[in-house]
Amino acid sequence: MSKIILSTDIDDADIINLRIGDIVYLSGTLVTARDAVHERLLREGCDLPFSLAGKALLHAGPIMRSLPDGTFETISIGPTTSMRMEALEAEFIARTGVKLVIGKGGMGAKTAAACSRYRAIHCIFPGGCAVLAATHVEKVESVDWLDLGMPEALWRLQVREFGPLIVSIDCAGQNLFENKKIAYNARKAEIIKTVLTASTNKSI
Amino acid sequence: MEQKEKINVEHFTELLAKFIALLVIRLPDDVVTKLTELSRRETSPLGQVLYEAIKDDLSLATQLKRPLCQDTGILQFTVRVGSNFPWMNKVSEVLRQAVLRATREVPLRPNAVEIFTHVNSGNNTGTRIPWIDWEVIPDRDDIYIYGYVAGGGCSLPGTAKVFMPLEGLEGVVRYIFDQITSYGINACPPLLVGVGLAGSMDVAAKLSKTALLRPIGASNPDAAAADLEQRLTDGLNALGIGPGGLGGEASVLGVHVEQAARHPATLAAAISTGCWALRRALIRLDADLNYEVLSHKGAVL
Repeated sequence: MSKIILSTDIDDADIINLRIGDIVYLSGTLVTARDAVHERLLREGCDLPFSLAGKALLHAGPIMRSLPDGTFETISIGPTTSMRMEALEAEFIARTGVKLVIGKGGMGAKTAAACSRYRAIHCIFPGGCAVLAATHVEKVESVDWLDLGMPEALWRLQVREFGPLIVSIDCAGQNLFENKKIAYNARKAEIIKTVLTASTNKSI
Repeated sequence: MEQKEKINVEHFTELLAKFIALLVIRLPDDVVTKLTELSRRETSPLGQVLYEAIKDDLSLATQLKRPLCQDTGILQFTVRVGSNFPWMNKVSEVLRQAVLRATREVPLRPNAVEIFTHVNSGNNTGTRIPWIDWEVIPDRDDIYIYGYVAGGGCSLPGTAKVFMPLEGLEGVVRYIFDQITSYGINACPPLLVGVGLAGSMDVAAKLSKTALLRPIGASNPDAAAADLEQRLTDGLNALGIGPGGLGGEASVLGVHVEQAARHPATLAAAISTGCWALRRALIRLDADLNYEVLSHKGAVL
């Protein structure tokens, strides 16, 4: 199967046929935003300094090294837990027109509904693989809101074949992690019974 | 004399700054061995993609000398110090200085945020941080220092609860399974699960973290505790959470239980989790500050 590469600006046709479990890569503009950026945009009402329409968002707090010429080098940039942004992500997608949200772990029903309504997808990048991710960043284009601290600032990056990205919510609103959670929980009761009956030490 | 002491403290600080660099760049031998074993056993295609990314990341981090995960956490140290270690009164300040230096030089991500002002100090030190747990070993003159990186993602599933003794093992086992199938999925599995069992919540919590310091593959010396560790490991793996929570053969790197005698009326359980990127390291220094890194074979600082 050939490698699927999404390039910004992403439009509906690029992602509409992707399904949960598919693997894609991203080339183009990727912007980091996590808790504090979501809060500043949506609760404090500050506008973003640039448009995210058709672009990609990364839930991440990178390690950046500032260079003597005033630019930055991306040292390490793995994804952070996406679920922390669940309360605000649907509104973020609606407001900004962002098409691809990348993070770690799943997101909830509100985000899945927004992905379906506004034609967007959520993908995971393998958690913890931060140097691997950094090697796919070609350039740090800008940083805004650095007053929020290095992890929370709005870093705008140019990336090339950033991935692997595994689709966890697709445009149909299907949710890979929710499906998995149902499966894990369905197995749980029986397994706990086995753990307890097999144990030689029933009362601690 | 004063000059000689200054030189030694500087040397001690430099060693520990390099020890912190090693801690965030390379995983300890036991974790690498376990990840390699689990990756060979993995049959799920998405699971294999995850293990492949992990393998690439570990080798790139070593090659480029960069923190293998961007979340270099809150720095925690467990210090087991001989009562006759000549540099005992310098250890706290040396660790703090080493954290400041490593933050600049590696570099680490600044993570220490003050509780009430929300201000990130920018240098990984803050109120009571780096955190140091002390244990004094009588009649020795050396020191063992464990470094541990407590990342945000894998600190999130941490929890403690006091059960009534009649709820017993069953209550504790359910508690562990509920936490791992909810919070554990997003915490970068396969996880190392540390379980502390005691009479009160604080003792159980501390033991749950101590459990993560034990090398993977070493069982609890108590036969009943070791049996529980094995049952929990098998049971959690049977859930099939897999790497990244995407499904696969294993859910955990292991389960480690540490226990203290409890009160007749209480049974406290605490859970700490370490992600697959379990960054811990152990160094021993003798009275003359000659060192040996015990967690990373052959590592030279």
